[in-house]
Amino acid sequence: MASLSVKIGDLSLKNPVMTASGTFGYGLEFADFMPLDGIGGIIVKGTTLKPREGNDYPRMAETASGMLNCVGLQNKGVDYFCEHIYPQIKDIDTNMIVNVSGSSPEDYAECAARIDALEGIPAIELNISCPNVKDGGMAFGVTCAGASSVVKAVRAAYHKTLIVKLSPNVTDIAEIARAIEAEGADSVSLINTLMGMAIDIERRRRVLSIGTGGLSGPAVKPVALRMVYQVAHAVNIPVIGLGGIASAEDAIEFFMAGASAIEIGTANFLDPAISIKVRDGINQWLDSHGYTSHQDIIGVI
Amino acid sequence: MKKYVLDLKVVAVERLHERYVLIKLTDSQKLPEMLPGQFVEVRVDGSPSTFLRRPISINFVDRERNELWLLVATVGDGTRRLAELKAGDALNCVLPLGNGFTPVQGSEKVLLIGGGVGVAPLLYMGAEMAKKGVEPTFLLGARTSKDLLMLDEFKKFGRVYVTTEDGSAGEKGFVTNHSLLQQERFDRISTCGPTPMMKAVARYASQAGVDCEVSLENLMACGIGACLCCVEKTTEGNLCVCKDGPVFNIKRLLWQV
Repeated sequence: MASLSVKIGDLSLKNPVMTASGTFGYGLEFADFMPLDGIGGIIVKGTTLKPREGNDYPRMAETASGMLNCVGLQNKGVDYFCEHIYPQIKDIDTNMIVNVSGSSPEDYAECAARIDALEGIPAIELNISCPNVKDGGMAFGVTCAGASSVVKAVRAAYHKTLIVKLSPNVTDIAEIARAIEAEGADSVSLINTLMGMAIDIERRRRVLSIGTGGLSGPAVKPVALRMVYQVAHAVNIPVIGLGGIASAEDAIEFFMAGASAIEIGTANFLDPAISIKVRDGINQWLDSHGYTSHQDIIGVI
Repeated sequence: MKKYVLDLKVVAVERLHERYVLIKLTDSQKLPEMLPGQFVEVRVDGSPSTFLRRPISINFVDRERNELWLLVATVGDGTRRLAELKAGDALNCVLPLGNGFTPVQGSEKVLLIGGGVGVAPLLYMGAEMAKKGVEPTFLLGARTSKDLLMLDEFKKFGRVYVTTEDGSAGEKGFVTNHSLLQQERFDRISTCGPTPMMKAVARYASQAGVDCEVSLENLMACGIGACLCCVEKTTEGNLCVCKDGPVFNIKRLLWQV
């Protein structure tokens, strides 16, 4: 058995497998299928200061080896999270991480501050990369100045591990990552979804209610891998890789590209126990290749 | 209810008509508890264009034979691939999902209205009613007589009334035109079928003051309330059809009926 533990800032993960925000609910939805404490972390649904109804249906379109979604950050707001959801998840024996989104730096900071007060939440993942909301979201994540402004505001209000989730819908993702590192983020996770579109040719209109959506699934993996590689070479903070990971081999690729840990997203929809299988597969691969820790292969290429 | 991921074994795939197949599945273990109106998310192997699982409603559970039946309309590559399954093949299923129809209470008179392949979950619903000693009434609609599915099975459990759009069987027209609705009064209607049909049924029910629940089939990905893709607008905001439905009382929906 290889050692799978790893640190992201002050955050200790028992293994480098986490589940991506928006694909794993609050974890509880998957409790029948796998032991939730078997993975290194669960990043729960995007949470905003005020409740959001999200976008209209249809919010999803199946694509070749992937899917588009335009859910639009539907959630009941941070107060509801603190009062009703947090008590249900705080004792799950893994890192319960909240994905935080907002429409202004002040919004982000206030939402983060509320979560800072929750003892059982050791980290947040700042979502400056949601392509499906008009106000804020990805708008912050596509410029260095925008990304810096949000991270700066949140860093002042949030004292635990701060992970920032990057948008791939940019010209130079490494530049954004460097700007975020400079503002004191503890880690970056990437990639969020790639902005895409699907068209219903019979009805001559776009499939998704807001016209565009974020592409995820195996289709985006090569793009994600390339960006993880670029960012890992650009910053000194740990990188968390995600984008189309559906197997242990995929995860190993991300480690070699420079990721210290990974998140599994869309694959949870196809196999609700996939994250445990990926964890076990990483272990077997390391054992069979003579490695004692996955840290031995991080960024080896 | 506890949910499972199971590799079920195909017992038989019966072609009911060129567009419909009945897939009978079993397991070496006793099949889990499942309720009428719940559904299964099946993984479709060998169809490159089918990325996501396909939600299929539970057509029938034969406890004596330990069989789960799925009635599938072949509409795309994924469902065509399902129709090609052979006895002995494995089918990976996540089940049981969602909330079913309201179970019959006392001697309630329940009318089960189905359209097209939407008749599927009503067979199991009717069978469970019959088991409790309450005879269900089925009102089943289709385009033509050939599209009326599993009539002999429905007749085992209750009275069956039929409409077809071309008049080739039963009364001509839509289910909401059937004379039964003028002649008899029911305490509740449970319905599943194309959305325009369910809306017409909902309109009839709300005008007639009959309690009514509908089974929705919004496009979904996860099936367990995690991705929030299959939402329907309700009096409580956007709810997931997969987790909060698929069966909703029409009073909870924002349908203009």
